[in-house]
Amino acid sequence: MDAPVEKDMMTRSSEIPMRVINSAKASEVVNTIKRIKRSYRQIRTENVFKKTLVIIGLVMVILVFGILLTLVVESLPSIKALGLKYLWGKTWDPVQDVYGAFPFLLGTLLTSFLALIISIPFSFAVAVFLGEYYPKGWLSDFLKNTVELIAAVPSVIYGFWGLAVLVPIVRSFESKIGVEPVGVGIFSSSLILAVMIIPYAASLGRSMIQMVPSQLKEGAYSLGATRWEVIRSVIFPYTKSGLFAGVLLSLGRALGETMAVTMVIGNTSIIPKSIFAPGNTMASVIANQFTEADKPIYVSALIELGLVLFLVTVIINVIGKKIISRFTNE
Amino acid sequence: MSNLVKYRIAKSSALKIFTIFLAFVCVVPLIFILLYIIRAGITKINWHFLVNIPKPVGESGGGIANALLGSMIIIGVAALIAIPVGILGGIYLNENKKSRLAYWSRLCVDILQGVPSIVIGIVAYFWLVKPLGGFSALSGSVALAIMMLPIIIRSTEETLKLLPDSLKEAAFALGMPFHRVILKVIVPCGISGILSGVILSVARIAGETAPLLFTAFGNPYISTNITKPMQSLPLLIYNYATSPYNDWLDLAWGASLILLLWVLLLNIITKLTTRRWKVQL
Amino acid sequence: MESTIIRSKNFNAYFGENHVVKNVNIEIPKNHVIAVMGPSGCGKTTYLRCINRMHELIPGATCNGEMVLNDEDVYSMHPIFVRLKIGMVFQRPNPFPNLSIYDNVIAGYKLNGIKLPKGERDKVVEQSLSRAALWKEVKDSLHKKGTFLSGGQQQRLCIARAIAMEPEVLLLDEPTSALDPISTSSVEDLLHELKTNYTLIIVTHNMQQAARVSDRTAFFYMGELVEYDDTKKMFTNPRDNRTQNYITGRFS
Ligand SMILES: Nc1ncnc2c1ncn2[C@@H]1O[C@H](COP(=O)(O)OP(=O)(O)O)[C@@H](O)[C@H]1O
Ligand SMILES: [Mg+2]
Repeated sequence: MDAPVEKDMMTRSSEIPMRVINSAKASEVVNTIKRIKRSYRQIRTENVFKKTLVIIGLVMVILVFGILLTLVVESLPSIKALGLKYLWGKTWDPVQDVYGAFPFLLGTLLTSFLALIISIPFSFAVAVFLGEYYPKGWLSDFLKNTVELIAAVPSVIYGFWGLAVLVPIVRSFESKIGVEPVGVGIFSSSLILAVMIIPYAASLGRSMIQMVPSQLKEGAYSLGATRWEVIRSVIFPYTKSGLFAGVLLSLGRALGETMAVTMVIGNTSIIPKSIFAPGNTMASVIANQFTEADKPIYVSALIELGLVLFLVTVIINVIGKKIISRFTNE
Repeated sequence: MSNLVKYRIAKSSALKIFTIFLAFVCVVPLIFILLYIIRAGITKINWHFLVNIPKPVGESGGGIANALLGSMIIIGVAALIAIPVGILGGIYLNENKKSRLAYWSRLCVDILQGVPSIVIGIVAYFWLVKPLGGFSALSGSVALAIMMLPIIIRSTEETLKLLPDSLKEAAFALGMPFHRVILKVIVPCGISGILSGVILSVARIAGETAPLLFTAFGNPYISTNITKPMQSLPLLIYNYATSPYNDWLDLAWGASLILLLWVLLLNIITKLTTRRWKVQL
Repeated sequence: MESTIIRSKNFNAYFGENHVVKNVNIEIPKNHVIAVMGPSGCGKTTYLRCINRMHELIPGATCNGEMVLNDEDVYSMHPIFVRLKIGMVFQRPNPFPNLSIYDNVIAGYKLNGIKLPKGERDKVVEQSLSRAALWKEVKDSLHKKGTFLSGGQQQRLCIARAIAMEPEVLLLDEPTSALDPISTSSVEDLLHELKTNYTLIIVTHNMQQAARVSDRTAFFYMGELVEYDDTKKMFTNPRDNRTQNYITGRFS
């Protein structure tokens, strides 16, 4: 497509500015011709560059569909062999070739929602503090940076600290309230997770709260509302979809979090009897058992967990992002 | 009447104090963790620790040289893959705001950002480890690169979006071809924003363990061959932290402190570059 | 007697469905200053940007009709060649913020990857800055960033940047509207000087300016070219009612 353009245009004398021809200096004409040849090279490079960009755009789509496809293909043996009862099956016993994912689904839901319940009041408090009470100043800078730091600490370090410090504390707490003092388990994982996911809902909530138009708040103040009443009856209703999106994104994080949970959840494949019992989440089973899975169906069953995890987090994230973009575009 | 007003005002102040209290309670666990890691790790770190490889069980001493080197190589290769692709991806999204492919591409970048890291690890296993016939640092790098991409792409896009159109027009009006407009004018003008996105992406994946479990796998010895298993700091911490031996736990604490410092340093650099960027605008 | 450098025939431009430039026919003679005048929103900028194919950079923007530069259809050339021959100066000065004054002047070479020997480079910079009447003011600070200059100096820097490429035509879109009176008059003086080497097309909605600087004036109204004539004639004896109303200030 590029070649004909070039030939066509090389024949045009008018490529050389009239001024140059008039001045009739040979060297200038030569220079100009050189320059024009360069330009044809440039045009070719330009086309290559544009195509490269499109290819990169395409690669992103291919990457995501590739991930999905890989997960589906690799979990097909398990899907075929076990069908839907895979999801309801209550026993996971690879030695007997019994694969029921229910204990892990339950473990994931328990840890994530428990973590969410614990962390939301704190997230929202941070959001309100930074978004409404003290949007500026060194104190809010400090809080903002510290909360961001929570997200920066690697999860393996949370796990290690949890194992070394939190688990013994939980264990003594458990013996005090009279449950079996194992320490590791759903409860410890939820505590660690709760800390880890605070920043997501907090930072999103903060930016949403800062977007509340000041006329709305002033309207309420002018009617004699107190600060808290403005927060409750103006800010919260206005930002509720945004706050909800923040909670969703936090949930997405909690569901997929692997290392910290793997290290403190106890790695047991039986259905947890209480929130203090050890268990496993989908992510932690994969982390714990993938390299030791010795049978194709075992591997495939683990990947199916990954597939479920992938689909759930994709749905949660897409919904969350949609809510955010709708909120910010209004 | 005035009692009611007093009550409302008191309630408002009480809830404000409660909110502030809750907000600052968040800081407590982080401070605890940081202090604990520093206390447990600081005594383990010395020159010997940095330049030696771990000793077998029962022998005390030893270091984490293999993990340090491995982490650097794995992250370096990941950055080599992710930086060009990520920056070009950000340029693509910024230049094509309306096309249908760009819509899907943007959606996929969003999705990619939320994919759990363990899933990326599995996928990298099937894409590279299985076909290549064994665990390798390269497959770990690819997994990490996939995780870096959305961060680099998004921060590049956000940075370029802030540049005024007049800049691009000035360049086009001088007869510059598209690729030069982008690479010689637009990218240099947004370079600090793009760089801070790159550093942030490195900060995010520097501590990732899950994607490396089934890819880089770990290696008790120093290795520089990216087609072979390689140790990395997070992997070493995971493996040694869950072991029952005190010597190994000590090693893990020292490694944790180093990893923590490294990640914090990257975050601080990101913060500083972002701030400078804002002033410049 | 005089050769035509740019000719449009039945030229139209659109933003999506919005028909912004309607059926424009015009012939622009070489080495003249042409003023393009008209109330705001009448399509002056759009028409100007069609001449060097900047219009098509806006998503959804299209155009049709004939646009000829030296007997050659602009729209069958590659835009890069068009823009190398037809330089442009924008309404708001837009020097490259990451480049020094010196590098801004030779930006068209430097950023296009055209290598000039150092001596020639210096010559181009000095010549362009002198022609843009900026050399005296900046010759001691050539390596400062271009954005440190005042607005008027920045605009002259942009003119220097455009003429450094030795274009045949220079398009100026309200080059003085963002400038103070003193800078405005130095830019206007400059236009007179530039006429000997270039063909200048300048958009302005300042009538005094049009009268002062131009040989010919084109009057646009609601996307149409209403009148195109010698400037003197247009201002003393306009043929069209709408022109008359505009120059007597009965529009705004
Ligand atoms: N980027 C754009 N997108 C859509 N419409 C535009 C754009 N720029 C200008 N227009 C429309 O085109 C018409 C002509 O604009 P313009 O050429 O800038 O007028 P002038 O320069 O004479 O003031 C205006 O009605 C304006 O609304
Ligand atoms: Mg205009």
